[in-house]
Amino acid sequence: MRAWGSAHYRACAGALRRLAATPLATLLNIVVIGIALALPMAFYVVLENARGMASDYSPQPELSLFLAPEASAADIKVLELRLKNHAGLASYRFVPKAQALEQLKSRAGLGDVAAGLPQNPLPDAFIVAARDSSSAALETLRAEFAAWPKVAEAHVDSDWVRRLDGLISIGRYAVLMLAAVLAFALVAITFNTIRLQILTQRDEIEVAKLIGATDGWIQRPFLYFGALAGAAGGITAWLLTAAGLLVFNNQLKPLAALYGLPLQLSHLNWSDSVYALAIAVVLGWFGAWLSVRRHLSAQNPR
Amino acid sequence: MTQIMLSGVSKRYPGGHDALSDITLTVETGELVLVTGHSGAGKSTLLKLMAAIERPTAGSVLVNGQNIGTLRARGIPFLRRNFGLVFQDHKLLFDRSVFENLMLPLDIGGFDRREGARRARAALDKVNLLHKEKARPITLSGGEQQRLCIARAIVHRPAVLLADEPTGNLDSDYAAGIGRLFAEFNQVGVTIVLATHDTLLAELLAPRQIVLRDGRLQS
Repeated sequence: MRAWGSAHYRACAGALRRLAATPLATLLNIVVIGIALALPMAFYVVLENARGMASDYSPQPELSLFLAPEASAADIKVLELRLKNHAGLASYRFVPKAQALEQLKSRAGLGDVAAGLPQNPLPDAFIVAARDSSSAALETLRAEFAAWPKVAEAHVDSDWVRRLDGLISIGRYAVLMLAAVLAFALVAITFNTIRLQILTQRDEIEVAKLIGATDGWIQRPFLYFGALAGAAGGITAWLLTAAGLLVFNNQLKPLAALYGLPLQLSHLNWSDSVYALAIAVVLGWFGAWLSVRRHLSAQNPR
Repeated sequence: MTQIMLSGVSKRYPGGHDALSDITLTVETGELVLVTGHSGAGKSTLLKLMAAIERPTAGSVLVNGQNIGTLRARGIPFLRRNFGLVFQDHKLLFDRSVFENLMLPLDIGGFDRREGARRARAALDKVNLLHKEKARPITLSGGEQQRLCIARAIVHRPAVLLADEPTGNLDSDYAAGIGRLFAEFNQVGVTIVLATHDTLLAELLAPRQIVLRDGRLQS
């Protein structure tokens, strides 16, 4: 058991020595792996942030009932009573057209437009929150309200949230596809690196095999090398993404101030970071394994 | 006890060249056997078949009762650890010291590093190279390289020593020294198969001889 442990220790140390022996090549390799990983990582970070924002800013989905312009106070009373007795609603509030105009005036840039209007063009409205906020239930309610007398139009206000959700799920597929292509690139990079190493160590491998080394023994330093290169590339990708976010967030500041929103993208959380690193290690290891396997099986006696 | 047994062994290389045809022979444990013959007679191929470096085209090669023709690839390393191999072209590694060259078989065999170092120095002492421990193999003379190759073959104390032209390109003084070395190993019970066309070794060791001619046994 101790001999086994020390064999692993020596294989790992040997792999590190090989990485250190050619610093420039090692550095370039790690940077290439890092870039290949940073692309899907950054894309994923943007998506996760968009998803977070969507759930932060989507309130309880609401329905807006815009009343017909000719609706009288009595009509409004009747509608209010119907809403009050409706079993499917959580709450409702009435927004008279004067209040809606005041709100419009207080919005940046629209005050002048509103002031220039000869009369109030806005209708009275009810804002309604449903008990069941699934999109099917909301749609049923919307159709029901639209058919009521003196209701000109009924809208589901959370449509944009659903559209964003739809976009995000398409984005996730895009990330997945990008990640798959670049994972293949990473495997190809380590495959090739290990292939070159095998060429420079052909003699050692041949002699070791002749004097009784198992394939596992010969593979071990190469596999460590692949895994270490993957790990270093993963860390590089994380740092590259972090640097990109830093720059991007700086650029975002004036825009965020303009909208009065706390627009800041945050990096991967710890568990996602650990996953990303683990994936990089496994892919590096796999590329090395493919390469060394192919070489070793070519040397078996025939 | 029979260490190595070949029966009806042939080896044909791709392209149709018959290196060996219908060889039947046995090597007993503790025996010293000399394989002689002109160059190209199949001496090297015979040793390669014994060490599972190549598989026979026909017939069977048994080493310690294991059939090399049907041995699975993952079993071969463990079979090879029974052997010490001395190569015609030495196959030393020039990127490391003499001492580290000797540590390679011990690392492969999973020896404790300290115990391994002790054995490596003992083997170097045996071939009179202890003073060159830290040297690079490239700086050694032909005779010294040959002795280092022998030291590497015996450092893990194998049961069988297979040596292909161990005195090739050496002058007779060196060759005699190496011959005496083999005689010593044989005295402590190591089975030895030597392939050589050096008549000096035959005179010195007075072993059982196997003569090959064009891939066939001559008796």
